[in-house]
Amino acid sequence: MIGGLFIYNHKGEVLISRVYRDDIGRNAVDAFRVNVIHARQQVRSPVTNIARTSFFHVKRSNIWLAAVTKQNVNAAMVFEFLYKMCDVMTAYFGKISEENIKNNFVLIYELLDEILDFGYPQNSETGALKTFITQTGIKSQSKEEQSQITSQVTGQIGWRREGIKYRRNELFLDVLESVNLLMSPQGQVLSAHVSGRVVMKSYLSGMPECKFGMNDKIVIDKQGKGGGNGCQSIAIDDCTFHQCVRLSKFDAERSISFIPPDGECELMRYRTTKDIILPFRVIPLVREVGRTKLEVKVVIKSNFKPSLLAQKIEVRIPTPLNTSGVQVICMKGKAKYKASENAIVWKIKRMAGMKESQISAEIELLPTNDKKKWARPPISMNFEVPFAPSGLKVRYLKVFEPKLNYSDHDVIKWVRYIGRSGIYETRC
Amino acid sequence: MPAVSKGDGMRGLAVFISDIRNCKSKEAEIKRINKELANIRSKFKGDKALDGYSKKKYVCKLLFIFLLGHDIDFGHMEAVNLLSSNKYTEKQIGYLFISVLVNSNSELIRLINNAIKNDLSSRNPTFMCLALHCIANVGSREMAEAFAGEIPRILVAGDTMDSVKQSAALCLLRLYKASPDLVLMGEWTSRVVHLLNDQHMGVVTAAISLITCLSSKNPDEFKTCVSLAVSRLSRIVSSASTDLQDYTYYFVPAPWLSCKLLRLLQCYPPPEDGAVKGRLVECLETILNKAQEPPKSKKVQHSNAKNAILFEAISLIIHYDSEPNLLVRACNQLGQFLQHRETNLRYLALESMCTLASSEFSHEAVKTHIETVINALKTERDVSVRQRAADLLYAMCDRSNAKQIVAEMLSYLETADYSIREEMVLKVAILAEKYAVDYSWYVDTILNLIRIAGDYVSEEVWYRVIQIVINRDDVQGYAAKTVFEALQAPACHENMVKVGGYILGEFGNLIAGDPRSSPLVQFNLLHSKFHLCSVPTRALLLSAYIKFINLFPETKATIQEVLRSDSQIRNSDVELQQRAVEYLKLSSIASTDVLATVLEEMPPFPERESSILAKLKKKKGPGAVTVELEDGKERGELNGGGDRGGDAAIAASNASTPSPSADLLGLRSTAPVSGTTPSAGSLLVDVFSEAGPSATSAGVNDDGFLSSAPPTVASEDPAPPLPESDELLNKFVCKNNGVLFENQLLQIGIKSEYRQNLGRMYLFYGNKTSVQFVSFNTTVSCPGELQSQLNVQTKTVEPLVEGGAQVQQVINIECLTDFIDAPLLNIKFRYGGALQNISLKLPVTINKFFQPTEMAAADFFQRWKQLSQPQQEAQKIFKASHGMDTEVLKAKLLGLGTALLENVDPNPENYVCAGVIQTKAQQVGCLLRLEPNAQAQMYRLTLRSSKDTVSQRVCDLLAEQF
Repeated sequence: MIGGLFIYNHKGEVLISRVYRDDIGRNAVDAFRVNVIHARQQVRSPVTNIARTSFFHVKRSNIWLAAVTKQNVNAAMVFEFLYKMCDVMTAYFGKISEENIKNNFVLIYELLDEILDFGYPQNSETGALKTFITQTGIKSQSKEEQSQITSQVTGQIGWRREGIKYRRNELFLDVLESVNLLMSPQGQVLSAHVSGRVVMKSYLSGMPECKFGMNDKIVIDKQGKGGGNGCQSIAIDDCTFHQCVRLSKFDAERSISFIPPDGECELMRYRTTKDIILPFRVIPLVREVGRTKLEVKVVIKSNFKPSLLAQKIEVRIPTPLNTSGVQVICMKGKAKYKASENAIVWKIKRMAGMKESQISAEIELLPTNDKKKWARPPISMNFEVPFAPSGLKVRYLKVFEPKLNYSDHDVIKWVRYIGRSGIYETRC
Repeated sequence: MPAVSKGDGMRGLAVFISDIRNCKSKEAEIKRINKELANIRSKFKGDKALDGYSKKKYVCKLLFIFLLGHDIDFGHMEAVNLLSSNKYTEKQIGYLFISVLVNSNSELIRLINNAIKNDLSSRNPTFMCLALHCIANVGSREMAEAFAGEIPRILVAGDTMDSVKQSAALCLLRLYKASPDLVLMGEWTSRVVHLLNDQHMGVVTAAISLITCLSSKNPDEFKTCVSLAVSRLSRIVSSASTDLQDYTYYFVPAPWLSCKLLRLLQCYPPPEDGAVKGRLVECLETILNKAQEPPKSKKVQHSNAKNAILFEAISLIIHYDSEPNLLVRACNQLGQFLQHRETNLRYLALESMCTLASSEFSHEAVKTHIETVINALKTERDVSVRQRAADLLYAMCDRSNAKQIVAEMLSYLETADYSIREEMVLKVAILAEKYAVDYSWYVDTILNLIRIAGDYVSEEVWYRVIQIVINRDDVQGYAAKTVFEALQAPACHENMVKVGGYILGEFGNLIAGDPRSSPLVQFNLLHSKFHLCSVPTRALLLSAYIKFINLFPETKATIQEVLRSDSQIRNSDVELQQRAVEYLKLSSIASTDVLATVLEEMPPFPERESSILAKLKKKKGPGAVTVELEDGKERGELNGGGDRGGDAAIAASNASTPSPSADLLGLRSTAPVSGTTPSAGSLLVDVFSEAGPSATSAGVNDDGFLSSAPPTVASEDPAPPLPESDELLNKFVCKNNGVLFENQLLQIGIKSEYRQNLGRMYLFYGNKTSVQFVSFNTTVSCPGELQSQLNVQTKTVEPLVEGGAQVQQVINIECLTDFIDAPLLNIKFRYGGALQNISLKLPVTINKFFQPTEMAAADFFQRWKQLSQPQQEAQKIFKASHGMDTEVLKAKLLGLGTALLENVDPNPENYVCAGVIQTKAQQVGCLLRLEPNAQAQMYRLTLRSSKDTVSQRVCDLLAEQF
């Protein structure tokens, strides 16, 4: 189990230190600082073992969060907890920064007391936490309220309290995906996968029972015998659900039913690797002209319905380390040589589907006495498209609330698809 | 030097550095650096030429980035361009960049050398200095090749500025240290030495460093510097503190220069010229006097400078070791420091006193401080100082104070730091042995030592106790009693059990009369420790038990019971099991007579260098040993950092066989090759061997040697024997152990034993490189008729010899009949792919099979007359090639294998020997007479034997030895 939790700033100064178990000494704080934060070589591994003590860390901007343990814990659990911790902190005071952490340190200790007990993670649902850990000073709660909180937190449905009431029953569903790709210069896909999540924001009265349906291949095939409409189905490699989803029902019938927490929650996470729609194709052309010149031409092609618009497109073309000057010509967007990053950055605000655009650059090189050849790192790309590259479609989300008098039809539902680039690279 | 003008401030550089310092994260820093690098690249690439200032600025930035740990792969050309600038700052930055960043990169080095050459030939002193600094900083071989000829010229030229001379001297020193073969002083020597007379103190200080280094390599060439140095020193020492102006440091005139002068003088023996010597002694006296004066300043720098000179002077006094007066004064001065507040001073004083203690003149003076030193050992807080104090105690120890010092060291040992315990133990052991007046004290001391610091008592120490107890009859009873008492402690160290087991096994009978230590009590006491011991100790205890059976027949049943128990006879350790089985059988089969012969008391050990001393030497490193060799010329009684003392009582003769490996119990005997019945002596020794499984008793393993070993077929023909192999052969006529052969790759050591017509030779092949030898293969062949005369069997060796490792090969030799030639040893192996093929003659000569025969004078002459036929006699008259020292001659004759007969020849100058050469076919009696003629430096050697070839061969062999 987690023995302690530390938060450091970028210099390695300790902002928050909470030790849960006796086997973690005072020097553990310094050990992590010396061996990871101030290490000569950058430490890439998120797990570091120092003197039989394991440190799990995540970094948010300049802030290091490190969980420490001497035991053989489930690393995935620890990281899940750290991410959750970040979510909770963001929900309470916004961006995780040194300034914010210093301003809220009392709150953070309070939260840590609540969500981690003797190193065992507890309820970390923001909605539930906000009912009894507040930022607005001590709000004297009545006996009933207090007992209600107790019964909710210790009850079967810890993530939702009873007696919620909205005038308008609304729910928002976001399908957020990030697509990762590595492509050879010839256009061959070397590896590609999509990791996605379904985020739900609900403003529903009472204790509604929801059912979520999507074009999961297994479900469609099962129904296919009866109905058999032309709906595309997708194969999901693996998925995880929010604690509110009844897993027994999913295992038995593959149906996703749940009572959602009030407000925002991440309903599920999934990953697919088959039949991915690659929104963009990058075609690089690099020509070395003598020892002192390099010509680069990059074409990007958008590969989706012409009616859709991709946004925030950014292509990053690495330049050799001995670049002494760059001339760029592009037809669309803006391109600039960024010396500090050793790359040409080409930005396009919007681009419709089935279009193509190109950039050409002349790179001047300074002859060096170093015989090392340039390693040619891949060209990477960032974008945002309004569809799910995995092909996932939300088929339905039904809401039943038998006790209150509103039906599925009365709920206003919104669905949005956003596909973003993860690590989207093409070798050149 | 030109002042840095305001425009040279390089604001851009300052901004860049402050940007980097303000970066919040590593990534931000890298981004900033990338940006700067791109900027510099575009600037350097730009077509319009950069002016000197910006070039300097960018080169500076590159340098800074490099020093931050990033790779820089451009800008070298610009830096080289800066070298040709006329501005000091630009040139300086250029040189800085080059000395930091340029490796021996071929294209640029030529340009750089050119620029340096230009600067050296310019008359501008600052430029010359910059160039010299650059040469010294780079200090590569290329630099040395290019400029080694130039710099001495600059150094001695009359018109060179002083500051340039300083730089040139130090630069030359650096080049000389880096590649001494390239710096040839030859013609410059005398002029360099005369730099000591230079007006400018800085030049003298720089030059003296160079001269000290040069003269330590070839002292003869620089001999003239002594008188110059002395006069310079006396001028400084006698000068008032204000005379030297800039070179007076806190009221001390030129302390660095004085120290260096004193150190230079330590490279040479005392000056022979009386005047010079008088002047020097005067100087040293002045320095000692000055130390007594009250300090002129309370500042620590003042006393540091003063003491630096003083200590350097004292080490010079010690180095000369010829002025009793000065030595005693130095000792008194150091004595004052022993109680000084400064820990550093106490340390230095103890260290210097250590060397003083080894001087015959000051030994007594050092001894007066014994109380202070003992106090330091006890109370000092710093461990390094305590270590020095212990060293000093060891050094000042002699007969008069040995008991006190040993007692103090023993009591200190209980609280001593772990790091110095082992060394302390060795020192106590040596002192106890060396100054033991009565041996009961010695035994007490060592047993105490084992009790207090058992873990740190090395093998050698307890080997030595046993050696001494065995060799001294008078102490045996006492030793047995003390050991018995010591063993009664509930917990005693394993080393104590070892000593106890051995001594009780040998001399338990001496205390058996007392009912409190009756045989059974002794046995039970030993056996109670048995289960707590490691395997080698258990093996030793088993041997002690079998000895008990011999000593006390009444314990036989008990001991047999113990041996028969499953934990012994079925022990999983082969060694223990075998001992148990053999001893059980031996005790039940052999009659008491046989048992008594087999288990006879150990014969006295041959006297030789104390193995403890060898161990201490090894611990202290080779340096300490050489010091000893120099120091210990005639100081028999002094420990001077080690000792050479031919101490009468112990007679730890440090003469002929310095082989620490020949440990006390590991005397492996030659088991007879055909041996079905092992001789009593051999078993006895083997029973007590501690050499691990390979030396198990009797001929079990030895049979293994004999069964196999067909001559290995070599792929290439063996190389012809080395030309020097005959010489090597002669080296081994009179000795059995030593280094047979050595080159850069391989060392072959040899250890051999002979008994009757049989011999066994251990060859040790040592790989001196760090690379392994592949397909290592050795063959021994007997050319020609030797095949029928000598039977040689070898065991094959491992084909791989790891770097630095040693492999052992055993060769069994049987002499069938007398022979002349030596067998050939051929070694083949691959080192780094190349085949190495070495052939040597194995040092097996006919005299190895000599069996000494003692006989009376009458007997001798009767036999001498019997062998009077002309072919039976061989005679040679030859000139002595070595000195005619009696002892050496005796040693050689004994080494030959014959018995040296005293009082036989009427002329006491002559040597007479007798022996029998044992071959399988026959025994050849052999008589020898050696008549040295000291005036003519000639010898006459006469040999008579029953076989003519033997006489001739032995005569030939022996003639080469004297």
